[in-house]
Amino acid sequence: MPPRRRKEAGSRRVTLDGLLASREIVVACGPGGVGKTTTAAAAAAMAAARLGGKVLVLTVDPARRLADALGLDGIGNAERRVPAKAFEDAGVKPRGELWAAMLDAKESWDDLVRLHAPDARTRDEILSNPLYRNIAGRFVQSHDYIAMERLFEIHSEGTYDLIVVDTPPTRNALDFLDAPERMAEFFSSRLLRWLIVPYRSKIVNVASKPFYQVADRILGTQFLEDIAQFFILFQSMYSGFVERARAVHRLMADRRTSFIVVSTLEAVPLREAEFFAQALMDRRLHLGAIVLNKVLPAYLRGPHGFTVAEGFRDRSEELADALAPTVRSGDAAQIRRVLAEIGQSYLDYRVVAQRESEQQSELATVPEALVSVPYFETDVFDMAGLLRLGEQLWGP
Amino acid sequence: MTGLLDRRLLFVTGKGGVGKTTVAAAMALHAAERGRRTLLCEVDAKGDIAAYFETGPTNFTPRQVLPSLSLMSMDTEASLREYLRLNLRIPVIGRIGPLAKAFDFVATAAPGVREILTVGKFCWEVRERHYDLVVVDASATGHIVGQLSAPQAINDLVKVGLIRSQTDWLVDILSDPGTTGLVIVTTPEEMPVNETIELAHRVAAETTVELASVIVNRVLPELFGRSEEKVFNELCRSAPAAELGRLVHGDPAPVLDAARLAVTLRRTRAAHLERLRAGIDPAVPLLYLPFLFTRLHGLRTIRQVARSLGEELGS
Repeated sequence: MPPRRRKEAGSRRVTLDGLLASREIVVACGPGGVGKTTTAAAAAAMAAARLGGKVLVLTVDPARRLADALGLDGIGNAERRVPAKAFEDAGVKPRGELWAAMLDAKESWDDLVRLHAPDARTRDEILSNPLYRNIAGRFVQSHDYIAMERLFEIHSEGTYDLIVVDTPPTRNALDFLDAPERMAEFFSSRLLRWLIVPYRSKIVNVASKPFYQVADRILGTQFLEDIAQFFILFQSMYSGFVERARAVHRLMADRRTSFIVVSTLEAVPLREAEFFAQALMDRRLHLGAIVLNKVLPAYLRGPHGFTVAEGFRDRSEELADALAPTVRSGDAAQIRRVLAEIGQSYLDYRVVAQRESEQQSELATVPEALVSVPYFETDVFDMAGLLRLGEQLWGP
Repeated sequence: MTGLLDRRLLFVTGKGGVGKTTVAAAMALHAAERGRRTLLCEVDAKGDIAAYFETGPTNFTPRQVLPSLSLMSMDTEASLREYLRLNLRIPVIGRIGPLAKAFDFVATAAPGVREILTVGKFCWEVRERHYDLVVVDASATGHIVGQLSAPQAINDLVKVGLIRSQTDWLVDILSDPGTTGLVIVTTPEEMPVNETIELAHRVAAETTVELASVIVNRVLPELFGRSEEKVFNELCRSAPAAELGRLVHGDPAPVLDAARLAVTLRRTRAAHLERLRAGIDPAVPLLYLPFLFTRLHGLRTIRQVARSLGEELGS
């Protein structure tokens, strides 16, 4: 067995400031519920405050969270500047500007169609196609594609010095990376052409005949025609899509882009985070940091606390009697209950803290930066909170 | 409102990381222990359910793991194959390979096809009465509305054909509150509570499925009430703390700090709980499950959660 690496929670070797200063795109990924969106926003806020320049935080999660964390209600598809006042209220004079945008899949698809459509007629036909209208709004996986597309678009405009991207949870995050390629593959596939040909030429290909018979029975001719029509229209944008997908892929693998994996030390999220870190490395993408959120304080694991807590719990009566004469706010019975309760509570939390510590020491993939962020006693819901979290990411 | 576990089809959703799968598993276990023939299905085949029940990998064919409890995982291609076999009586199963692939493309392009193969399978199990209760560890909050509204979406898009004739009964099953319910799992934290409230509104507006319950997971215990908190605050002052340290031969600071952390965490969460209660239709019951200070996952944990759930349901 290889020797285990021991790392104390709270220790850090490298911090995120270097990463944020040297990259143009930082993609925050990881499982859901670990504070990924907040971490991305905090990193961007700190970069804007300390490094200067124009910093954009782009959230692609279909659930609308970034707005909450930034104290803005409903950030639209367009990028919006976070008012400097938000920083000032938090007692910080930012060197740069913080911008925020949330992904509106429907609106982004429309933009994309406008960009790639060969002429106005095709554009209008696509935009009014019933299938398209349904896809743009509901089609779940399309978020992944559109996110990458949008990121590429914004990056190539060159408006921002740094773009911090929040991604959908891990299981989707792989899709998120593969999305452009999959979309290109999809539009270039033989099967797709196969599907479209008969509607174009009105002569049913012999090979596809059985398929159509079955498909007709299941879906109905009208629906099938709608689908084919949709693809015919979309094919006119094929080369644009493929070219774009390749460009997006290059951008992700570029030296200017880095990924940070966010997790907590709970077993399930951490397992997913490791899975993702590994996948990034397999793809030769740059894993810049692992950020561990909500880490319980180290004093919960110390040897002394354990003995003291046991003493409180097991000798509560004796201790309460001894303290009762000097304590004015309650009687011996109340003191006893309080001591027993806090002793037990320490022991309970200690179990969780130890479990987390073991999880961290078993972390197999360690990038150049491993950042532990302590459990904040209150939630992060405003700029002050984001900056407080950002300080932890930043380090001394 | 129909009792939660008296329904026949329960979709369990929640923001990532709130313990959705754990709660779905506990719910299924609890129902099975009460003698209901229960099927638990994982929609995104992560294999977590198999791990919780400490059993081998699950697949599309349900497998009984405990008396009255079977497990399966969703596989849309297998679902399509089953659908074709049942509905079209396609004789040559071997030829379905390329067909399924073709459908994969259609499904990718046509919204709702994949979703309907998922939701359709559960509705079918319910209609055929293979089980008394089907518990679905469903998609996370971001995707559940798309899944539950798929039959209606297809109904709007497809005018004729076999699929059309099938969506009607799916919509019937999903829309019957005595049969089908949605359960949102959350934790008493800022973002999960926000998302839960938002989702509850979307479910009401965009789907025909009734919100059966919101389950709040990982509720922290209350250490002491107001008057005892005064005692605690006094104990934290230097003289009593020093005296305590002398009596137990150690520094009491870690224990006192930990207690303060526990109190603050609990208090922050209590505010979110109030917000949740205020943001959800009062007719929807909220159930509370305690935070588990345990070391590991597995069947023991699921049993513990199932017991708490039973207490909350009063059964």
